[in-house]
Amino acid sequence: MVKRTLILLWSLCSLLGIGGVVGAATITPLDAYAQALATADQQRQALEHMRALAEPSYKDLLIALKEGTLYLWRDRLLIFGDAGAFTDLAGQTILDASGQPFLPDDATPVPLEEGNMSLVQRLLEVMNLTDSDPRARKAAALKLGSLRDAAHITVLKQALRQEGNASVRAVLVEAIYKLQLVDPDPQVRHRAVEHFANIRAESALALLKNLVEHEQDNVVKQAMHRAISAIEGYLQLRSLVGYVFNGLSLASILLMMSLGLAITFGLMGIINMAHGEMLMLGSYTAYVVQECFAAFAPAQLDYFFLAALPLSLLIVGAVGIGLERGILRFLYGRPLESLLVTWGIGLMLQQGVRLSIGDQTSVNPPTWFRGGWEAIPGLVLPYSRLFIVALSVLSVLAVYWLLYRSAAGLKIRAVMQNRDIACCMGIAARRIDAFTFAMGAALAGLAGCALSLIGTVDPEVGKTYIVDSFMVVVLGGVGKIIGTVLASLGLGMSNKLLEPAIGGTAAAVYAKVGILLLVIIFLQVRPTGLFPPKERATDAITR
Amino acid sequence: MTAGKAGKRTWFAESLLVLLLIIILPLLHGVGVVSDYYLNLCGKYLALAILALGMDLIWGYTGILSLGQAVFFGLGAYAMGMHLMLGSSGRGVYGEPIPDFMVWNRVLELPLFWQPFQYFPLAALAALSGPALVATVIGWLTFRRRVSGTYFAILTQAMAYAAWLLFNRNELNLGGTNGLTDFKRLLGFPLSAPGTSRGLYLVTALGLVGSFSLCRWLVGSKMGLVLTAIRDQERRLQFLGYPVASYKIFIFALAGMLSGLAGALYVTQVGIITPSQIGVLPSLEIVVWVATGGRGTLVGAILGAIGINAARSLLTARYPEWWPIILGGLFVGVVILFPDGLAGLPRQLQRLGRRLWLPRMTAKPLQPSVVRPELTSQQ
Repeated sequence: MVKRTLILLWSLCSLLGIGGVVGAATITPLDAYAQALATADQQRQALEHMRALAEPSYKDLLIALKEGTLYLWRDRLLIFGDAGAFTDLAGQTILDASGQPFLPDDATPVPLEEGNMSLVQRLLEVMNLTDSDPRARKAAALKLGSLRDAAHITVLKQALRQEGNASVRAVLVEAIYKLQLVDPDPQVRHRAVEHFANIRAESALALLKNLVEHEQDNVVKQAMHRAISAIEGYLQLRSLVGYVFNGLSLASILLMMSLGLAITFGLMGIINMAHGEMLMLGSYTAYVVQECFAAFAPAQLDYFFLAALPLSLLIVGAVGIGLERGILRFLYGRPLESLLVTWGIGLMLQQGVRLSIGDQTSVNPPTWFRGGWEAIPGLVLPYSRLFIVALSVLSVLAVYWLLYRSAAGLKIRAVMQNRDIACCMGIAARRIDAFTFAMGAALAGLAGCALSLIGTVDPEVGKTYIVDSFMVVVLGGVGKIIGTVLASLGLGMSNKLLEPAIGGTAAAVYAKVGILLLVIIFLQVRPTGLFPPKERATDAITR
Repeated sequence: MTAGKAGKRTWFAESLLVLLLIIILPLLHGVGVVSDYYLNLCGKYLALAILALGMDLIWGYTGILSLGQAVFFGLGAYAMGMHLMLGSSGRGVYGEPIPDFMVWNRVLELPLFWQPFQYFPLAALAALSGPALVATVIGWLTFRRRVSGTYFAILTQAMAYAAWLLFNRNELNLGGTNGLTDFKRLLGFPLSAPGTSRGLYLVTALGLVGSFSLCRWLVGSKMGLVLTAIRDQERRLQFLGYPVASYKIFIFALAGMLSGLAGALYVTQVGIITPSQIGVLPSLEIVVWVATGGRGTLVGAILGAIGINAARSLLTARYPEWWPIILGGLFVGVVILFPDGLAGLPRQLQRLGRRLWLPRMTAKPLQPSVVRPELTSQQ
């Protein structure tokens, strides 16, 4: 009835030539509802009617209504745009005779009635389901799914039929099931609950927990309880997998650091306290290479890392040779003194780098390291950490090959077992020392280069890992590579698993303290680590 | 006879030094020649010298390299600091009977473990016996399992690291990163008064003299011989039936106690103790003092502690960014070039001089150390 009157009114108006000033502007069918829209108690009905017209400008109208920029002017609807001019519903700017934006004095704003706010909101969301941007479609589906209004199921199902994008489809399906959770039919509810229990959807957990309180049907209620515990169990499993991966990631860094440390210790009986600084130098190599690329070849910036990896290996290895040849060989047979001297060197390297290059810098990982691999739904493992794990595995294999499958490794093992006899057999033990020391340093440098992907580059980065890698050496013993591998894994894992078990802000601290206690207790049972070298001399390790 | 003469000479030098420390310096301060600041600084160095004595006992004489001595120092300092804190409570910003930092952390009542520290004798006892106890436990856990050398060094370093992490935590109720400070009075004496600082200095100097005498008596006794033997040939001593582990535990605990004493004396004079003084770096610095002064000589340890700390005060004021490099370089240089430290320098120079100036003709040709049996039988 109203509609008919309005149309009549509209035709009358157009006949009379009202709006002649803006003769160029288009008049859309929506304008027929202008008066009704501006009337408080007719607004809702008008909105519903307009929706049925399926005009493309309906969305703009809704937005304008929501934002309060919709105006009524002589039975026409105008939108006050951001540009400071009125446009008609078709989007045309309204100009006066002189071609300037037309600003009428008698335009009155069309207020959105309080009660219609949610309706407009919902209408807009439904419209977003057909947006050209998949992200907007996804967001709309998510929103509709959380409205707890089963009336939207039809719209969503319709959207699902037309949807081509797989990830949007998944969101749509989830939204439909979510809405079915509040369906009046218990059968439908039950099916929806079963669905969520099967896919272990974290997103439905809060909703389920909320609904289970008010659920009337006993069967559905129990299904909901089952679903909740299934989802919670899955979440726990997922965080456990996350912790294990974190532990693995820490273990790989520790492993790369401790391999060299353990071999050097087994060979020469000295602990290189500057080993953490080798890691730091590796990180700084990555930083400097990045700066060079940024300065000379900014287009190939991403490839800096490919250059930095071998460079860090070579540069830090060279530093290692320099250290051994220049200083440590004067301290042969005095392990405690070399420990102190290497500490002094570490201190100088730290401060030297801080003064010359600066601290608290960081490396921008190449673009291909961004993002991660979704191992299980909801758990993304960053590519950079996966890369570190892979690099560490490769390093272990390389060191294994070097030690047990190559001529140099034979010599290293010979010197390790009995230096004097090895010398008598013509092995240049001191050269082996230097080589091994350099190899250990190079591995730490490589670890530092890889570490720059996930952390800041600062002079004290070695500090974070050095104490732990010493513990690895103590725990693993120096007899076999496998000892170092197991000890790294054990330390890394227990560190990252203890942290959440303890909980709270200080978890990392107490985990560290706990690990130290565990190591000391372990040493009560095996004072020389997991795999002590097989020697007859009683002074094997404790020299 | 020469030994007796030399002994007399050292005795004379030592008494002179003690006289200077105990009587002359405080007198000069009383007259006004030495300012409060310098007397306080001297007191600080003397306290640190006690710490170095402990380090020298275990490292210089027994060959145990502990990289966690600063933890024991910190325990002593915190024990005394807690007493000082309580002695000044009620006079803080908030006027509460508990230390101010607890008010910030919303701790309203004095935690139970703080209660005994209200009494000076208990606090002093804790400052001495706490570190000794901790050292005994660590020694018991390690030395009995023959964990020594590098392993022991690494473990104690990890311990220092863990202790540093722990003491930084607020929930321990020890002041967190800020540590304990803002002390007002000790045993009723206001700490700001010159008389009190003179008294504290005197106590510290006496403590150093006492510790030095104790250490000298100890290293000169039969036990000292055993300790040196442990350093030089631990395995042989074990085979001879000596309870090496017990000796080591004892000396480690004694060193811990000396460190605790040093900490307690230090904190009363410096007026602040923070976790930054108990970490890995401070522990290693103690080793540097002893190495520079000359390990295995008690005078060397004292000289090293005072010398390096004085140098540190001077240099960090002027070139703060170069201090770590100087410290590291000092370490490398001392260990490689002067393994006997400052105290061993005269003898090293003497040796060098003898090698350079004595006529080479007197040198005998080297004897082959291994004589092949078939050669001797042919002769």
